[in-house]
Amino acid sequence: MKLRLAEMAHARSGDKADRADLGLFAWDAAGYAALARVITRERIATHFAHHLGSADPGRVDLYLLPNLLAIKLVLNGALNGGAALSLRSDNLGKALGAQLLRMEVELPTDEAAIVLAGVKLALENF
Amino acid sequence: MKKIRLAAGLGFYGDNWEPIRAAIEFGEVNYVCSDHLAELTLAILRKDQARDAAAGFTRDLVPMLSALWPMAQQAGVKFVLNAGGLNPAGARDGLLAAFKAKGWTARIAVVTGDALLDRIDDLRAQGQALAHLDTAAPIDEVRERLVFANAYLGAAPIVEALARGADIVLTGRVADAALFLAPLIHEFGWSLQPSDAEGWNRLAQGLCVGHLLECSGQGAGGNFGSAGAWQKVPDLPHIGYPIAEVFENGSAVITKAPGTGGRINFHTVRQQLLYEVHNPARYLSPDVVLDMSTIQLDELGGNRVRLRGATGSAPPPTLKLVAGYENGWMGSAVLGFCWPDAMAKARAVVASIKTQMDEKRMRHEELHVEFLGHNSFLGPHADTSREAELNEVWLRMAVRAADKRVADAFPRLFPWMALSGPPFMGGFHGIQPASQLLGLWPSQVARELIEPLVKVELSEVQPS
Repeated sequence: MKLRLAEMAHARSGDKADRADLGLFAWDAAGYAALARVITRERIATHFAHHLGSADPGRVDLYLLPNLLAIKLVLNGALNGGAALSLRSDNLGKALGAQLLRMEVELPTDEAAIVLAGVKLALENF
Repeated sequence: MKKIRLAAGLGFYGDNWEPIRAAIEFGEVNYVCSDHLAELTLAILRKDQARDAAAGFTRDLVPMLSALWPMAQQAGVKFVLNAGGLNPAGARDGLLAAFKAKGWTARIAVVTGDALLDRIDDLRAQGQALAHLDTAAPIDEVRERLVFANAYLGAAPIVEALARGADIVLTGRVADAALFLAPLIHEFGWSLQPSDAEGWNRLAQGLCVGHLLECSGQGAGGNFGSAGAWQKVPDLPHIGYPIAEVFENGSAVITKAPGTGGRINFHTVRQQLLYEVHNPARYLSPDVVLDMSTIQLDELGGNRVRLRGATGSAPPPTLKLVAGYENGWMGSAVLGFCWPDAMAKARAVVASIKTQMDEKRMRHEELHVEFLGHNSFLGPHADTSREAELNEVWLRMAVRAADKRVADAFPRLFPWMALSGPPFMGGFHGIQPASQLLGLWPSQVARELIEPLVKVELSEVQPS
């Protein structure tokens, strides 16, 4: 079953010089297990190739944080030179988190149902 | 066990200080720590200072403290702010004058020694390469174009200022989280050179508290990046900036003032925890290296989250230095197109502009095209399925050029289209002057060449 990351995670993005820095957060442990499996440097590099200038996974750093049910992603050289060099309206990369949440991933139907139920519960308790 | 409550101040130059009132009035806080300096703020302050030598600090300082100081002084609340920017002494003088005029009293300290633009050659002569942290390029490549260069100082000079009795500490560039770590070190007598792991872990907890508070409302449910959850964060116009209740052993609870908007829970706190940290297992600061991979956040309910388990280790022998350098010019223009054929017309105009640039031989390094309201945020991930039927499209084009004249000439390519271009377009609001582009130069510098020259000066303002 295809899911958008927006349906199963939340995210925030920021900048340091020419690096975009994204946090991707599952809503619960089941969601984290799915994310940790499907999110790879290769996928991220392909998804952000338009900002990275290539789909080279070497430009992406990925850190797993099971204690926070989160994944940290760093896109090196993704900000058109950096906030004060960038020609983009979104010079700080504030919406890169939203671009990440646009990504579609494939989950087994059973797992997707569990993940979505977890999201529903987390949102009710938010 | 002794505890101290720290309030988040501003998260950037221009942020709202009204939420700080609630923290002082109802939040039982002891310190307000306020971060006015994003990476690029020093470039803005440099331009101010070029026009007026007395400027160069963030201009929100005087109105902010004029609004908050009487209430804070009465409650015994102290301030630590990096609002000094490039001119901490000027910030102090501005504040002294304002307080004196009102007949107020305060002991104000300034920390200097972070500004290194005048010391670059001296540091190079002492063997500091100041090479680019990522590319290893030598700083000599941009030496003539540097506009600022500052080291990120640690907590020590702020601790000294507090120990000497300062009520208000003004700094230039310091590590953002050090603004918060310093009062904890001062109050609890923590060592900056602890002899055991426990001591490093305490510093790590303190640094982490600072990191959670340094972005004001972002630590309390503001900018909560999500689909379907941001709507659940209540009353953002009256958001309560985060407050940390920190105990002598380093354990901490993140909360906010009662009656305020926003939300402190596991989700909002961890979004801030990982914000702009890069390697979470090695979050560098001048005082301690923080490992976030061991952290536990416990949801306590009622807008309270406990932070525990941060681990720390000794900092590197270098300080981070960030310099800014002039690197070309940007010219830009925005123009709107209405249905019918909005997108087709916008694309036709892009082609016209490119033709004109070729014909006029306008040399440039990059031409950026985006459609505001359509794909400027999502890029290739935008939904383009209804492109032919869009109600309207706003075209923004921007050019990068080494020659300022090209950037200035760029928006002048547009006005003729009002009468001689495609139909139903508008919203061209004049010619914008070229803006200067600045590169950042992250580097490192040996701390023994910087820290001995850091100075703390204390002044007292009394009614005359």
